[in-house]
Amino acid sequence: MSFIGWSQILLFFALVVVVTKPLGTYLFRVFEGDTRPLPRVLGPVERALLRLCGAADRREQTWGAYAGALLAFSFVSVLAVYLLLRMQHLLPLNPQGLDAVGPELAFNTAVSFTSNTNWQSYAGESTLSYFSQMVALAWQNFVSAAAGMGVALALARGFTRRPGPDGQKTLGNFWVDLMNATLYVLLPLCVVYALFLVSQGVLQNFAPYTQLVTLEGARQTLAQGPVASQEAIKMLGTNGGGFFNANSAHPFENPTPFTNLVQVLSIFAIPAALTYTYGKMAGDSRQGWALFAAMSVLFLAGVAAVYAAESQPNAAIAAAGPVAQAGNLEGKEVRHGITASALFAAVTTAASCGAVNAMHDSFTPLGGLVPLVNMQLGEVVFGGVGAGLYGILVMVVLSVFIAGLMVGRTPEYLGKKIEAREMKLAMLYVLVFPLFTLGFSGLAAVLPQGVSSLNNAGPHGLSEMLYAYTSGAANNGSAFAGLNANTPFWNVTLGVAMLGGRFLMMVPALAIAGSMVGKKVVPAGPGTFPTHGVLFTGLLVSVILIVGALTFFPALSLGPIVEHFLAGAGEVY
Amino acid sequence: MFSTLLVALRTCAVTLVLTGLLYPLAVTALAQGVFPHEAQGSRVRDARGREVGSALIGQRFTRAGYIHARPSAAGEGYDGMASSGSNLGATSLKLKERVAAEVERLRRENPEASVPVPAELVTTSASGLDPHLSPEAVRWQVPRVARARGVAPERVLPVVEALVEGRTLGVLGEPRVNVLLLNLALDRRFGPPAEAGRGVGGGGAPPEGGAR
Repeated sequence: MSFIGWSQILLFFALVVVVTKPLGTYLFRVFEGDTRPLPRVLGPVERALLRLCGAADRREQTWGAYAGALLAFSFVSVLAVYLLLRMQHLLPLNPQGLDAVGPELAFNTAVSFTSNTNWQSYAGESTLSYFSQMVALAWQNFVSAAAGMGVALALARGFTRRPGPDGQKTLGNFWVDLMNATLYVLLPLCVVYALFLVSQGVLQNFAPYTQLVTLEGARQTLAQGPVASQEAIKMLGTNGGGFFNANSAHPFENPTPFTNLVQVLSIFAIPAALTYTYGKMAGDSRQGWALFAAMSVLFLAGVAAVYAAESQPNAAIAAAGPVAQAGNLEGKEVRHGITASALFAAVTTAASCGAVNAMHDSFTPLGGLVPLVNMQLGEVVFGGVGAGLYGILVMVVLSVFIAGLMVGRTPEYLGKKIEAREMKLAMLYVLVFPLFTLGFSGLAAVLPQGVSSLNNAGPHGLSEMLYAYTSGAANNGSAFAGLNANTPFWNVTLGVAMLGGRFLMMVPALAIAGSMVGKKVVPAGPGTFPTHGVLFTGLLVSVILIVGALTFFPALSLGPIVEHFLAGAGEVY
Repeated sequence: MFSTLLVALRTCAVTLVLTGLLYPLAVTALAQGVFPHEAQGSRVRDARGREVGSALIGQRFTRAGYIHARPSAAGEGYDGMASSGSNLGATSLKLKERVAAEVERLRRENPEASVPVPAELVTTSASGLDPHLSPEAVRWQVPRVARARGVAPERVLPVVEALVEGRTLGVLGEPRVNVLLLNLALDRRFGPPAEAGRGVGGGGAPPEGGAR
């Protein structure tokens, strides 16, 4: 750990704080404002696109209709990506002549990109054509992020809309939200972002792979492709699926410390900004900043822990001979070093991005514990684009309920009463995640199809399995990448975990929105528990930690925690 | 139900064309126009104009007269088609054995270098294509390179120092040296090293530097 290292982390966080308000204001204008940006230029485009989609009427939807549209869109998406991958060998832009993707892998990948997880059981450079990368995957990078924003907006509208005398029941229109997120937010930002990446050295071409003879006369093949366009949305949409196997560690994806800073910043940008957007929707920006503060506390604790852990020497290397270790460099790039690798790991798992610039599998046991815990907190520490906001709002429901129990008063949030139905839905949301994570991890640990894929033995092997299902169900997508997930067992079970972690959590969130939106607003009185102060932020942080810790501590103690002590004792497997 | 599916189908088609085709094609056209060198992979040529690699992608060096890069887990080593780390953890026997073998080899090849060995030289990077080393790990190898090239280490060090890149804005990333660019600069300064490692000294041309 060094002063410069901490400065780098604090510089990053200061930039997050700086972008939150302007970007949040912009998002508010796009989704909730009376006029959207550039009405003369983008207005006609937006109307034409919605007409082409058959959604020109912009009719407001109930929660059921909104969820139905989301599910229909996601269903068609999974099918389309699956077919595109299965037919890869027949489609253009395949200069390497790569073959069709196998059925289990195509299923896994289709679900993975549609659910904004972007878990990758494959290595991009040896599996996917340029056409598959662009048309199947970059496309889903955009729309799965846009759909996530839609659900977050719908839930936010559920809490913040003031119903008329007959009780409003609608939450917006899914197709309009999807199109606005794509057209006004993601596309313009990505064009600029992609060009910046190219200026730093990220590839953007359709050339076949380059064969060359190195300075010493050996042969080397360099993978090529339209990387920058995909990289931009991969980060901004918190998708995280790398063009290449090594993801953002690959110099063609993330060539300089400058691109690295912009990449981590672009992971947090929209999730952070959405808290401000939410505050504006509530008519009280303190409500948004309270969420931002809770997320920040958890994030800063996580990044400090992983930075401290990775600054320790690697035990297996220390045992091997006289090596000068300033930290754990196995699986890290020199240009990023310990600090930027630790920062990236904390950011990518706090947000449900899942891109990596260092190999989490090779982190020290405690350094690898932090990314796991970040995901297990439910991806609410900024979280995914949209997913972070609706996730933390469910945690807010829980917190308000617990506060209500403590003072013996009906809980309310933004003047609306939280009742039994919302609590049941919130509990459903909370329980789905451990069900898939722990259920499948337990299953894999006892099946030969599960353990035969491991790269590391001993407790670290259990961590590899736990990490995989945590990442899948949390829709994160990062991995302890030694695990060979490209087997029928892993592809199918991880696919199911990703589907559950996305849709079985989105639907209850929308149902909460639906039952909240029509509720009467009671003016705040002296007995109202304020949800914008330090007290509430503290309560929210505690609830998130307690729910996550109680659920996952037993599993973690068998994996990374016991491994930490064994590594300290010099054990190897 | 059916009408929702129809809208879903149409919306998929519209967004696919917009974000999966038009967007990457537009970015490619812009990138090729504005940053053609970078968009094609930042290729590097040697003194004779032969393309020898990318400034961003590491390659393997084995001759004693060259600075050696980190061990690589990409395929058989620096395989541009198989980027990967080792993914071995801190309780891995394989990792311990691999590092022990590397330490042994490095000390044999660099008898004049100090103990302990710099960590980068025994660890694999995340991509397996890491083009850089820390300045310390380069300096550690300078005595061997100087001996192989038949020049004094004091003449090699300035070539190294000229290629040290600092932290961006003083805080981002780590100080580093691009190994391929450094070896090209060494060749320009001292001529290419012999196969067996015995240098053909001389050559007065100053290092040109730069990636193109």
